[in-house]
Amino acid sequence: MSTGARGEQPTVPAAEFRSYSGQPILNKPVWGSPDIPGYLFLGGLAGAGSALAAGAQLTGRAGLARVMKLGCTTAAGLSLVALVHDLGRRDRFLNMLRTFKPTSPMSVGSWLLSAYAPAATIAALSDLTGIAEPVGSVATAVAALLGPEVAAYTAALICDTAVPAWHDGFEEMPFVFVASAASAAGGLGMLAAPLAEVRPARLLGTAGAVIELAVVALMQQRMGMPREAYRQGKAKRFSRAAQLSSGAGVALAVAGRGRAATTRLSGAALVIGSALERWAIFEAGLSSAEDPRYTVVPQRQRLERRSRDRPGRSARPPTAGWAY
Amino acid sequence: MAADLAVDLAARLPSLLERTDPATASGWRDHPPRMGFFTDTTVCIGCKACEVACKEWNHVPEDGLELTGMSYDNTVGLGADSWRHVAFIEQPRRPARDPGTEATCAAASGVADAGIRWLMASDVCKHCTHAACLDVCPTGALFRTELGTVVVQEDVCNGCGYCVSACPYGVIDVRRGDGRAWKCTLCYDRISVGDEPACAKTCPTDSIQFGPLDELRERADRRLAQLHAAGVGDARLYGRDPDDGVGGDGAFFLLLDEPEVYGLPPDPVVTTRDLPEMWARAGVAAVALAGSVALSFLASTAGRQR
Repeated sequence: MSTGARGEQPTVPAAEFRSYSGQPILNKPVWGSPDIPGYLFLGGLAGAGSALAAGAQLTGRAGLARVMKLGCTTAAGLSLVALVHDLGRRDRFLNMLRTFKPTSPMSVGSWLLSAYAPAATIAALSDLTGIAEPVGSVATAVAALLGPEVAAYTAALICDTAVPAWHDGFEEMPFVFVASAASAAGGLGMLAAPLAEVRPARLLGTAGAVIELAVVALMQQRMGMPREAYRQGKAKRFSRAAQLSSGAGVALAVAGRGRAATTRLSGAALVIGSALERWAIFEAGLSSAEDPRYTVVPQRQRLERRSRDRPGRSARPPTAGWAY
Repeated sequence: MAADLAVDLAARLPSLLERTDPATASGWRDHPPRMGFFTDTTVCIGCKACEVACKEWNHVPEDGLELTGMSYDNTVGLGADSWRHVAFIEQPRRPARDPGTEATCAAASGVADAGIRWLMASDVCKHCTHAACLDVCPTGALFRTELGTVVVQEDVCNGCGYCVSACPYGVIDVRRGDGRAWKCTLCYDRISVGDEPACAKTCPTDSIQFGPLDELRERADRRLAQLHAAGVGDARLYGRDPDDGVGGDGAFFLLLDEPEVYGLPPDPVVTTRDLPEMWARAGVAAVALAGSVALSFLASTAGRQR
């Protein structure tokens, strides 16, 4: 039957690979695109954006604050729509709040969102209408406190699965996600805020993009064999496009300091780069679930390591005389 | 009173790593013994009566009648509409390395040497001690029964699909056109009134055995020793070890080759084992994000004053 990829330099020691007629071991995630990668992106944008909005309000940057509040409310609303749309039984979306389970990142996230989204919405409405400004300020603060958690918890959400390209990146994924969130939020600020107020957004957005690209590379380096899922097919194309877009965004921000056109363009590139990175991670997960190699090879390597560490216990009982 | 409450709460905390009875860990008191399956694949004849009995009893809908060309297997794998799946593996004999062992093997398994051996195995939900599907279910639709099994409440499930991504065995799936997640219930309706599950009841060779897990494990150990004594050196138990990555399976197997040959993961681990660390890292990342936002304002303000 099939063996590991040949013909190219192996990134891990060649491991014998067997499967049942090449069938996947895992069932493919039923999560769809654009709902779920879109949610990962929008949740990040909103979460980091609310912190940016509060900072802008505190430092007297009313224009940046308004842009971020509106952006966050829109993003939060769209992400709720995406989440409900992705359910098999949409009429039962309220069952998400039927219980609270710390063992389920989706349960924790549902409670988090049900506190965050109203706060972000009240903050934006109050800012727009000028009604109940003290309430708006409290809502801005609440959204800013919950926002970073909204941006970070989605990493636990996708890593708490059996999907190799997600689970095996769990150490770095939260940092990838918050950096990507910072890049998207900063990008939105650069894109839409008054030019005189964009400086913090530019700092946050460019730093986020640079850190995101660096930590993604680190994550893939460390996760072992499942990294290959990021380096082929749709994931590879999204990943390349994310690098190009975020890279261009950073370059424009650095080169064209202060000029209107470059700032707007740079902001758009950062927002798009962040979204593309989420799609790359999403697609890598799907393809790693579809191919039994990603399940079998790392688990075999783990067993071999364990039997080396504990001599006398063989990882492989003999398979006398039968070929595969 | 307060102490009672504390004990009660402690008992209900999710048992992520302890080696314990799963029903007790889920808060059941005075519950019956943990029930499970021992599937001895050495005596499976590939009749698929288990697949049929399961579909009939549980009203599992038809999900395609295509011929796959994968030996006699047209079910392909477990999913929302296949709660038992019989795998067929045709293995050609490879050039003899040790003719002595081979002869013993063939004689012990009673297989005439036709140059091929045919492995058959009926797969099913493992009803893990540490069940990832149950841990990640956000609605509480998946629950641990008093018998230690894992069951979906179809009137609660909202089809979020988290369990599908979490299961390390590829068992549970969302049913098309229905939107909810479905899997083997270990015939909860039958076993809770003392009957045996439909698949075990119908299995003509007793390849599928149902009973209290402790008894099944003892029986499996005896069967393994018997096979090893008869020279079938490649016989091994899968999912029997309470110290494996899922705390042992409620449905375990006797196999004649490596698990992956049957479509089973060689070293499955419940993903929630790593969740405490994931939460810790997400927390650090969130603080880092808040800090970075603050820094970007501090740096901007400093720059503006300059």
